[in-house]
Amino acid sequence: MSERQNDAPVRPQPRRGPGGHGPFGGMQMPAEKAKDFKGSARRLAGLLGPEKVWVGIVILVGAASVALAVTGPKIIGNATTVVYEGLIHGTGVDFPRLHGLLFWVMGIYVTAALFGLLQGLILNSVTQRTVFKLRARVEEKIHQLPLRYFDQHPRGELLSRVTNDIDNISQSLQQTLAQLFMSALTVLGVIGMMFSISWRLALIALVSVPLTAGIAMMVAKRSQKMFVAQWKHTGTLNAQIEDMYTGHALVKVFGRQKEVEARFEEENERLYRASFGAQFVSGIIMPATMFVGNLAYVAIAVVGGVMVAHGSLPLGDIQAFIMYTRQFTQPLAQLGSMANLLQSGVASAERVFELLDADPQSDDPSPAKSPRSKHGELRFENVSFRYVPDQPLIHDLSLVACPGKTVAIVGPTGAGKTTLVNLIMRFYELDGGRITLDGVDISEMTRDDLRARTGMVLQDTWLFEGTIRENIAYGRPDATEKDIHRAAEAAYVDRFVHALPDGYNTVLDDNASNISAGEKQLITIARAFLARPSVLILDEATSSVDTRTELLVQHAMIELRKDRTSFVIAHRLSTIRDADLILVMEEGAIVEQGTHHELLEAKGAYARLYEAQFAAPVEE
Amino acid sequence: MLWNLLVRSVRPHGRLLLGVVIFQLAQSIANLYLPSLQADLIDKGVANITNGVPRPDIGHIWHDGGIMLALTFFQISCAITAVYFGAKLAMRVGRDLRAHVFAQVGSFSEHEVQHFGAPSLITRTTNDVQQVQMLVMMASTFFIAAPFMSIGGVIMALRQDVGLSWIMVVSIPVLLAAVSAIVVRMVPHFRRMQKRIDAINRVLREQLTGIRVVRAFVREPVERERFAQANADVTESALKAGRLMVMMFPTVMLVLNLSSVGVLWFGATRVDSGEMEIGALFAFLQYLMQILMAVMMATFLFVLVPRAAVAADRIGEVLGTDSTVVPAVNPVAKFAGKGAVELRDVTFSYPGAEKPVLSNISFVAKKGTRTAIVGSTGSGKTTLVNLLPRLYDVTEGQVLVDGVDVREAALEALWSRIGLVPQRPYLFTGTVASNLRYGNPKATDAELWAALEIAQAKRFVEEMPEGLETEVAQGGTTVSGGQRQRLSIARALVRRPEILIFDDSYSALDTATDARLRRALRTAVKDVTVIVVAQRVSSIIDADQILVLDEGKIVARGTHDELLESSETYREIVSTQLRAEEVA
Repeated sequence: MSERQNDAPVRPQPRRGPGGHGPFGGMQMPAEKAKDFKGSARRLAGLLGPEKVWVGIVILVGAASVALAVTGPKIIGNATTVVYEGLIHGTGVDFPRLHGLLFWVMGIYVTAALFGLLQGLILNSVTQRTVFKLRARVEEKIHQLPLRYFDQHPRGELLSRVTNDIDNISQSLQQTLAQLFMSALTVLGVIGMMFSISWRLALIALVSVPLTAGIAMMVAKRSQKMFVAQWKHTGTLNAQIEDMYTGHALVKVFGRQKEVEARFEEENERLYRASFGAQFVSGIIMPATMFVGNLAYVAIAVVGGVMVAHGSLPLGDIQAFIMYTRQFTQPLAQLGSMANLLQSGVASAERVFELLDADPQSDDPSPAKSPRSKHGELRFENVSFRYVPDQPLIHDLSLVACPGKTVAIVGPTGAGKTTLVNLIMRFYELDGGRITLDGVDISEMTRDDLRARTGMVLQDTWLFEGTIRENIAYGRPDATEKDIHRAAEAAYVDRFVHALPDGYNTVLDDNASNISAGEKQLITIARAFLARPSVLILDEATSSVDTRTELLVQHAMIELRKDRTSFVIAHRLSTIRDADLILVMEEGAIVEQGTHHELLEAKGAYARLYEAQFAAPVEE
Repeated sequence: MLWNLLVRSVRPHGRLLLGVVIFQLAQSIANLYLPSLQADLIDKGVANITNGVPRPDIGHIWHDGGIMLALTFFQISCAITAVYFGAKLAMRVGRDLRAHVFAQVGSFSEHEVQHFGAPSLITRTTNDVQQVQMLVMMASTFFIAAPFMSIGGVIMALRQDVGLSWIMVVSIPVLLAAVSAIVVRMVPHFRRMQKRIDAINRVLREQLTGIRVVRAFVREPVERERFAQANADVTESALKAGRLMVMMFPTVMLVLNLSSVGVLWFGATRVDSGEMEIGALFAFLQYLMQILMAVMMATFLFVLVPRAAVAADRIGEVLGTDSTVVPAVNPVAKFAGKGAVELRDVTFSYPGAEKPVLSNISFVAKKGTRTAIVGSTGSGKTTLVNLLPRLYDVTEGQVLVDGVDVREAALEALWSRIGLVPQRPYLFTGTVASNLRYGNPKATDAELWAALEIAQAKRFVEEMPEGLETEVAQGGTTVSGGQRQRLSIARALVRRPEILIFDDSYSALDTATDARLRRALRTAVKDVTVIVVAQRVSSIIDADQILVLDEGKIVARGTHDELLESSETYREIVSTQLRAEEVA
């Protein structure tokens, strides 16, 4: 909902739709390579482990279907021979025999179709269940990962792993699993049948295999290069487009429009040339495959014809061979296009496995301790912490926040203020020292317990796509309607909610065009109100709001802070001025502690910061 | 819309389309002749039954084989040529569409860009054009071949034997019906699946973005429940869609195979009675296969059409939207060069809106003065300053720069006088230096450093690994928000404008940096007219005039001291920010 500006651009993914049966391969993004193909592929296959029995059934049924389908052409060939025999020997066609054969064939085909269907249905279920479980595992992992992981990995990338990569795995599994097995079996079966009929013709037909493979590989190599070029230019062009559209006003007002347009035209032309090359070269595969198939067809017609003329081959076998050739070139072509898909799927699987392998946060202690009171006394005792080993941040920090008092933390950016919050909420683990809440070390409490006792109002107003009511009640799902209203009133949310057409049922959407930034902040304050924590943390919560709503927010926060221990990190000295204790931080260390007046008199870092709020014209 | 768009895009490349059609026709004919030749090969070569006795004519076999071989080579050359033309046509269509959309968006005013939203515009220029391009590509390779093959196949089959044609009459519609039934049912499932995938991705995105809040409020169980539901939904849709897809192949193969059996069954009778040659049987089987394959392919491809249609609609929307800011007919390029700004009785409403965003705004900003604008969100501040560079046009009243109405001004001349620091600082792909030079490509390094120093950005740029030449990621995400803002300010300074507009550009700076920045600015830009939109009173306390906006109207104006005396609204705003002693 917030932080939209920092979203990594999500790559426009070419979505594959239904009907993946045609040999349309080669018209998509070149597969990204997995770092450890074998290992990841094995692990991916391993995901199917729990479905072993079903996979076994699928293999059996599939094999049966293929076996049946593969005998079809031979019998049709025999039927053709029966007709031919009838002709040559002048006895007329032996219809009973013919019809018998044809009935057989019909039965075979129908059964093969049914088996094929059965196999497909089972495989479909297996694949879907596997993906379902994978998604669930990934989501579970998200909730086990320490916050450090999220801060270290760009959010766009994580999102891509959790969405795009899983989608890719799903599609890869669906399309390759079914076809890979059946295609391979079909090819083997057909080859077997062909050899059993006539090894000479079989060899001719088989010559087409290395020919097709050779052509496919040549084309793939050439087209791969072109695809890479195409995607490079696409990336550059897209970056230009994104720049121009997002910085639209700037491009114009800074007088760069003509130049931007000229650069676009250049790159567009380059993209056109690269994509033409890629599409043309990869578009050759299909005609080339058809060409090889036709060649085989001609060869079989001629050589087979000669053999029949010499009487060394029944006529029907030519028919059978023609059908066999068709029956195996199609799966062969599919196997080729599958390579891409498989690679891409395994690469995605690798990324997802990386996520699943990441270290989880430490378990909650058991047995866990829990503070008996709810006063909200927070102590830091000799706390040390750093995000990165060579960048010291907090060192030997000790402070006491008494129940009901407000502690303000001030200091220049990067001084470690947000870090204090991370530590109090136990989003990160300490390197040294300890923090206690009402006498109990927070690392000895369950995380849920600690967080139930603390409330947060952050600078980023995170709200989810639900009604205002649901968002306010986020902190306490068992809240009553009255509780919600009271919290809303206290946060000055009630008054503007009533001006909305749907009131509390107004759904907050991603664009949130119906609610202003300030009003969103008020909702987060209401949420904090409702949660009734004993320790409150306000993290730079007031800086993105306009002056009018600012008043409301300030009043609301003052109310919120009553009788609660509060940690306030803010820029506005007016808020800080009223604090019971001010902590001045500089480069991770607390350099001063005291009340506003004490610190002013000390004429130290605080006094300097305070004076800096006003520039020269206002004389002291 | 799709049709119109396609026609418009393909028309300039009519010759390529002709090429595609001709060569697809040629290669189809070649393909279609092969079975006939084979029939001849069998009838006259292998069997050659004269008076009931087979008399194979091997020479004839080789002869026919030779023709077939030649045809095969002919076919592949035509096919490749067809692909050549098809690829060229499709990619040209893509290139042209992209260029059109880009140019159109380039002409847009801020209003149109905001109306669509930059991300949507980006998708329309990239993904949507890609969809249409793909459709043209597929169409020129398969869509055109399919009717040739199926109609041609029917004709050729009839040539072989009319008596069996009824099988085609039965099997082709059956296949069509079966495949269409599956596809028609499949498409809504896929659409639903897509929606549910979007839903589950949204849930995951929210969880990732708000992971702190989720944990802080101990909401994992609820989130997991939400996710589990979404996961179940997706899987259900995927299962249903998958089931239908699985039916496709067996169904098609079954129709194909059973038709072949039918041909043999009934064909045998006809051969027996002498109405049909045996070779014709072979050919007929081939033709049936070719026809059914062509029909199937066409049906698959029809699935692409709805998606391309949606994409075409979205592209059409952009192309059909005209900018509300129209360049002047006889632009005035000369200004008196003073940098004075005046708004005369300006009212502004968004097109189609009921209430105006700004009403009766009038003020003068003399050259070299500092004007500040404050007010709550939604009071129209950003819109007001956007009127100056003509990012929007007024509905009533006038915006004058040096006495020239901006609507009469040559846009380049107008913009060269303005330096804009927008609310959300956007940095372009490139280096720090290229960004700083954005408004002034000829600026020297020394000038860049001078601007950086004023903008309080010198130190962190010095500390960067490559200083001025450090790469900046798109959107500027490799630098922090505050740094981005300062770079954005430096960028405007490098331009040496006469009018500087700051739209709430200090918001990410802490108070100390803010103060130093203002102090540096005051000395550096003495002769520049500065217009500042701000939240913090401390940023504007020294302005020559302060305008207080409320709901689009100026409710108070004056200097800080004057306003403290005269305006209740102003006092309220101030009191939330300043020290108590100062207010008194």
